[in-house]
Amino acid sequence: MPRRRRDAVVRRGIRHVGRAIALQPKIFSAALLGSSLFAVMTVASAYVIGEITDRVVLPSFDQGSASTAALALAVAAIIGVALLRIVGIIGRRLLSGIMQYRLQAQMRREVTGQYLRLPLSWHQQHPTGQLLSNANSDVEAAWFFVAPLAFGLGAVVIILITGGAMVVTDPLLALIGLVVFPLVFVINALYSQVMSPRQQRAQQLRAEVSEIAHESFDAALVVKTLGREESETERFNARAGELRDGLIAVGRVRGLFDPLIESLPNLGTLAVLLLGAHRVADGAIDVGELVSIAYLFTLLALPIRAIGWVLAELPRALAGYDRITPVLEATGETPYGPEDAATTAGGAALGLQGIGYTFAGVERPAVRDVTFDVPAGGTVAVVGPTGSGKSTLAGLLVRLVDPVDGTVLLDGLDIRRLREGQVSDHAAFVAQQAFLFDDTVRGNITLGGPYTDEDVWAALRVAAADDFVTALPDGLDTHVGERGASLSGGQRQRLALARAIVRRPRLLVLDDATSAVDPSVEARILDALRASDAPATVVVVAYRQATIALADEVVWFEHGRAVARGSHAYLLGEVPGYADLVRAYSQADGVPA
Amino acid sequence: MTVTLPDEDRHEGGIRTLRRGLRMMPEFRRGLPLTVLLAVLATAGRVVVPIAVQQVLDRGIGAEGGPDLDFVTWVVLGCAVIVVLTAVAVYGMNLRLFRTTETALAGLRVRAFRHVHDLSAVHQQGDKRGALVSRVTSDVDQLSQFMQWGGVLGLISFGQLLVATVVMFVYSWQLTLVVLVCFVPLGIAVRWFAAKLAVVYGVVRERIGDLLAAVSESVVGASTVRAYGVRERTAERIDAAIDRHYRAAVDAQRVAVGVFVSGEFAAALANAALVVAGVYLGLAGDISAGTLVAFLFLVTLFVAPVQTASEVINEAQNALAGFRRVLDILDTEPDVRDPATAAPESTVHLPEGVLGVRFDHVTFRYSPGARAALDDIDLVIEPRRRVAIVGETGSGKTTFAKLVTRLMDPVEGRVLLGSDAAGWVPLSDVSFASLRSRVVMVPQDGFLFDATVADNVRYGRPGISDADVATAFDDLGLTDWVTGLPHGVASPVGQRGESLSAGERQLVAVARAYVADPDLLVLDEATSAVDPATEQRLTRALDTLTAGRTTLTIAHRLSTAERADEILVVDAGHVVQRGSHAELVGTDGTYARLHASWRRSSAGEPEPVA
Repeated sequence: MPRRRRDAVVRRGIRHVGRAIALQPKIFSAALLGSSLFAVMTVASAYVIGEITDRVVLPSFDQGSASTAALALAVAAIIGVALLRIVGIIGRRLLSGIMQYRLQAQMRREVTGQYLRLPLSWHQQHPTGQLLSNANSDVEAAWFFVAPLAFGLGAVVIILITGGAMVVTDPLLALIGLVVFPLVFVINALYSQVMSPRQQRAQQLRAEVSEIAHESFDAALVVKTLGREESETERFNARAGELRDGLIAVGRVRGLFDPLIESLPNLGTLAVLLLGAHRVADGAIDVGELVSIAYLFTLLALPIRAIGWVLAELPRALAGYDRITPVLEATGETPYGPEDAATTAGGAALGLQGIGYTFAGVERPAVRDVTFDVPAGGTVAVVGPTGSGKSTLAGLLVRLVDPVDGTVLLDGLDIRRLREGQVSDHAAFVAQQAFLFDDTVRGNITLGGPYTDEDVWAALRVAAADDFVTALPDGLDTHVGERGASLSGGQRQRLALARAIVRRPRLLVLDDATSAVDPSVEARILDALRASDAPATVVVVAYRQATIALADEVVWFEHGRAVARGSHAYLLGEVPGYADLVRAYSQADGVPA
Repeated sequence: MTVTLPDEDRHEGGIRTLRRGLRMMPEFRRGLPLTVLLAVLATAGRVVVPIAVQQVLDRGIGAEGGPDLDFVTWVVLGCAVIVVLTAVAVYGMNLRLFRTTETALAGLRVRAFRHVHDLSAVHQQGDKRGALVSRVTSDVDQLSQFMQWGGVLGLISFGQLLVATVVMFVYSWQLTLVVLVCFVPLGIAVRWFAAKLAVVYGVVRERIGDLLAAVSESVVGASTVRAYGVRERTAERIDAAIDRHYRAAVDAQRVAVGVFVSGEFAAALANAALVVAGVYLGLAGDISAGTLVAFLFLVTLFVAPVQTASEVINEAQNALAGFRRVLDILDTEPDVRDPATAAPESTVHLPEGVLGVRFDHVTFRYSPGARAALDDIDLVIEPRRRVAIVGETGSGKTTFAKLVTRLMDPVEGRVLLGSDAAGWVPLSDVSFASLRSRVVMVPQDGFLFDATVADNVRYGRPGISDADVATAFDDLGLTDWVTGLPHGVASPVGQRGESLSAGERQLVAVARAYVADPDLLVLDEATSAVDPATEQRLTRALDTLTAGRTTLTIAHRLSTAERADEILVVDAGHVVQRGSHAELVGTDGTYARLHASWRRSSAGEPEPVA
């Protein structure tokens, strides 16, 4: 298998080049046109200098006088050819650049589009650092060769012209070219094969370095409070060291390849001189012909190098592309149905039928065989010990993930049959840890939805966030920083609550969403929710008795199962675990009653 | 309180950046002379072939009395040997250069990484993490990429330029001057372009940082994006960042093309000037026809490296833009500095024994001019006390904790640790190593690493076994929870600990702090997401285990306050009440109000609408 893959590097490389061209055919053709113009003008400039020497310089010296008109013509010819060359350069350079960056941008859009499309279960298995690396350095690597591509293909034009000229002048001398050119390609093919695994490894290590950096910077507070900067640096250093060794291994091959490919045309030119001298001595060709062939050969050095640049980048391009392909080809996209949810006002009826969920790579299910109904407008509290699967269940209700077994029904409809966007139009979810975007307060609450400032302020009032938002320097326009870094935990949580409230959802799922909010504030939020004229159906994961007291019914959760359900009073009497949990504070020793 | 790193001075010259960079990369200088020597040798190969052509034509084939084949053979063989030797020299130079630059860049990467951790918590929060990551990844990669070809090419081109100039002078000093004059405008243009390139490539690097920040947000916030059905809006935000990068990159390309065009134009100008000046100089008898023809050939030796150099300058500016961003990180002074590195002579160790806390007229504000988060706090917390800090959200409780653990330094006043018996030591004089081993804080979101439960606990005390970790959970009354995990303490927690619930993550974070065995433990909402029964069990266990140590606890759940030796009530940056639960609960004031509200909410009585 690895052997076959190595053999295929060159072929796959060529296919990859074809892919780039197929994606941007117009701009590539234009760049190639520019490059060909450049190539032709390069040969032309050599011809112009030769002609000027023969027709202007030497006659002037012979005659002892110079013709101003002839000199002016010479200058015009040189500048004219140079201008055309410049047009060629602009076309090749600029258009190649645009092509490269377009391919990058297009692929970045596809890759990040996949990140947004793929389900959470996929995300749970892919470290953020790796995903950043895919969108950044892998995309860059995949299309880096495009920059010299037009130049390299344009160089083929030069090779064809010079090859033709040589064959016409002297077929025997042209033989040298026939040896040198194939040799260039053989060396390149060898190079690709040796380089490919090294580039793959370097690209993989780049991603791993990015992964460690991302995790470590995310953990900055823990690193600092435990004084573990040294060991984190050591961890990063180990991987950065491997990357360094990987890049040196890449450099070792490249360091050999570059001088090899560069000395080939030089040795070819010397061979031309040696053989040519004999041919001249034999009278087969004249000196002028030898000079032009030698000159043509020196002209070849640059295009051959340009072809080398393209080929040298291909293994890296493939390494990058191969790392992106699994992302682009990943399936598991959440399937949506054709149905619309009911449009009635007020709460939605929620039904759970035999729900089960198991995380990837874990044998034991996190949620098992959960069945219960919440009538429209009803409030159910889900209570259970830490780690019993309540958050997983909450996520299932709003289709963050799909259950492995069973069905979630919204107004009697399987939520998997709803159109995309329907669930989030009707249901709002507030997670345990509030996530804020690097946006303004307003943007974080509306998320681009059609809400007026009055709506936003009303929601902020319900979430008891109006006071602190008013005190912010720019009010609703205040930027909250990455992940809301400029706010306290309680403030972030209240904005997340306001985000849910402003939507007037028919189903509201609160996953212990008030843990960082003071009890008095929480009480205000709950009061406001109850006072609404079209009360939503609410499922609330909670520990506080005041929150639980709002519920019509309580579901007692243990080890992923809904073990018991009933009123608060009923559970207090019948389920010892429940009583222990909700009464933990009143039972605490040494507390005055 | 958003603090960003100082924006790089985009007008900083390349040379200054290089000098700044070399200071930061001592590895780079090692063995540099030999590398440069090899580069000089490498340039020989570039000039030898054109000279061979000229010699063979003039003196071999064109020799008096017919072609001198022996001469041609010797010249060609000699030159072939030189070409081969040059290739060997280039290979040697490449090896050395790649090794030193990659070693130096790895060193730079690691130092920048370390420095990010040395920056204060305020800095780390203000700067975008995705963008910080780009500084130790893609910005350094850009440099490495440049070094793998641009550095070599630059060195060789420079050598070739020198050799070509010398050779041209040997043929004709007048014509050499003509050539040099033609390239003067290019020199000026390149300087201008280089400055412009520095700006545009600076923008490109910045855009990459923004792009990574946008992607990182969409990945970390994946569940929020899905729950609110804002995929398209998020995609638009990312696409906008992608487009901004694309436009910046194309802008940069436009300027880069300007550089090549100028080089091309200068070369044409030189050729035209040579023909005109050469003919007139020839007619004046100063040079021969042969010299002029040879010179027209020689000038390509000069022009080629100039064109290569313009390519290198372009790439160099791109790499320098990344370089600057990395150096800017390293140049950002951490506003909380470890005295062990900043002023070793005045560094002190914390006194032995249990530590108390003293605030000496401490004031803190998150930015100059902002309202004081803590205002002139002056108090002493005796060693061995269990102190609860309570107050409404935003009252300054967390600021208090951050000052005690020196995540931030006060704007005014001093924080001291110690006791009346052992003496008080200003926190700012204590080395981080000493501080972090004695004072540990558990924040609300105790980040977990993508490893096992045991590995995460070990983070607090490296080297302890899985059995020790299991014992620690046992001590904390969490055995039931741990044995309920699929693989006990060996269960993987997933990235950011996301395979566990928020409450479970907090349990691991507390265990992590517990095994660190500190003298002063600060718990900042450390168990806010844990169920009450478990929390009660855990805090009771902690009470016993930390008896004889000082603990500062911040919690909304006032059960902690009920059990504390002493309560500090914070309101709007001031300590408004202080005393035991029994003293405060009966006194009309903030605490009594907070407590009544908490009682009601935890006991299930609805709060009257205010």
